[in-house]
Amino acid sequence: MNEFLHLFSFHFMQRALIVGGLVSLCAALLGVSLVLKRYSMIGDGLSHVGFGALAIASALHVAPLAVAVPVVVVTAVLLLRLSQNGKIKGDAMIAIISSSALAIGVICVSVTTGMNTEVSSYMFGSILSLSRSDAILSGILSAAVLVLFVLFYPRLFAVTFDETFSKATGTNTELYNTLLAVLTAITVVLGMRMMGALLISSLIIFPALSAMRVCSSFKRVVICAAVISVSCFVLGTIASYFLETPTGASIVAANLLCFCGCALIGKH
Amino acid sequence: MAILTCKDLRFAYDGSTVLEGVNFTLNAGNYLCIVGENGSGKSTLMKGLLGLKQPDGGSIRFDEGLKSTEIGYLPQQTQLQRDFPASVWEVVLSGCLNSLGRRLHYNEEDRKRALFNMERMGIEDLKDKSYHALSGGQQQRVLLARALCATKKMLLLDEPVTGLDPIATGEMYNLIKLVNLCDNITVIMVSHDIHAAARYATHVLHLGQKQLFFGTAAEYRESALARRFLGGHRI
Repeated sequence: MNEFLHLFSFHFMQRALIVGGLVSLCAALLGVSLVLKRYSMIGDGLSHVGFGALAIASALHVAPLAVAVPVVVVTAVLLLRLSQNGKIKGDAMIAIISSSALAIGVICVSVTTGMNTEVSSYMFGSILSLSRSDAILSGILSAAVLVLFVLFYPRLFAVTFDETFSKATGTNTELYNTLLAVLTAITVVLGMRMMGALLISSLIIFPALSAMRVCSSFKRVVICAAVISVSCFVLGTIASYFLETPTGASIVAANLLCFCGCALIGKH
Repeated sequence: MAILTCKDLRFAYDGSTVLEGVNFTLNAGNYLCIVGENGSGKSTLMKGLLGLKQPDGGSIRFDEGLKSTEIGYLPQQTQLQRDFPASVWEVVLSGCLNSLGRRLHYNEEDRKRALFNMERMGIEDLKDKSYHALSGGQQQRVLLARALCATKKMLLLDEPVTGLDPIATGEMYNLIKLVNLCDNITVIMVSHDIHAAARYATHVLHLGQKQLFFGTAAEYRESALARRFLGGHRI
């Protein structure tokens, strides 16, 4: 028990729990809409683009988030536009962009600094990598995501459930799709520091899928996904401390267990 | 008292015309059925009326204070919606979207309207049920209630009975006729079911990449076109 309390006395641990909790919350809220709109892969694609941007930023010795956030936001908007109007289908487009970004990032890293711990932490995540300024920026951006989600909740529901109906009744669906894409992009970049580029998309997809097994209304799914996401994050982080496993992977494992549990409950 | 006037309407995709020469006028309280084979331009005309596609020629005019964003629309169901986790209440309430204006959330008036329309459709006891757990007929009634929340004057229905069993189909047609007669709501319905069109509608518009026929249902029944379309049977 003492060791358990001791854990929370570390500054980096407090910081990680607060920022991680906020990011998990955002990811879960946005995830419900993304999964239902069949955009699950966007999170994955964006995280690879994020990795490319972070790799280039670290090679150029500039603040990583300041480069990655705008790059990923622009990519998110582009992906959305292209998947709606482009000649190449959405999922193929995401695959092309994400693997290209990953390739550029890897080349950039190997030419400049080589595979150091910083780059590895972008790949696989690390709770130690959060600096004070990162934490503050993450806090502000997550708060913005939460506030926008709550304010536009009725419209986001309508656009998610039936885009044609919303458009026909005069709603600017493109605006809300873009809002969703931008918020997702910000969440992905923030979450990447902790979860790593390879695992961040699970933070978006898993809680929504788990909640959908057991809840029947949209509001309940959203609330349930938020609770699952934050609990799995906290449990995964604590487990990773005691078992000395990588944080990101532990959180994903916690989510996987939760999903299996929900699937079993949902069947009955 | 025209509520809708279409004049020399023409629609094209990538420069090639898919529908042209559409001229008709509807009065408040009319019940128009749009019929035609696949690819005849029915869906395109629907999109035009809803303001989702700009006409490439001619004009669409709404009168009596109706705007294209105040049409109650019942779209064809997509697979996506069938397994969507939403309660019946959430779906119906989302029909009040166009009355939000600058407000962010629904108010008491919106909730009352949603409840009233659920009662009208006889689905008030399904309020907390999950939308995807309902039968096809119940789902359509939920979507009709949502469409009614969005309008006081005009309903636009896209193949509202597709996939329904005969009993649910009959109930759906009766509900539509009921709101048409009782609330004087103008109904525009796209349908494959030409027999029902001739029975329930007051007017028929027959499309085949251009306007082949427009007139009252009685005139349509007598027309050579209808006889050919119906395979020689009179209805």
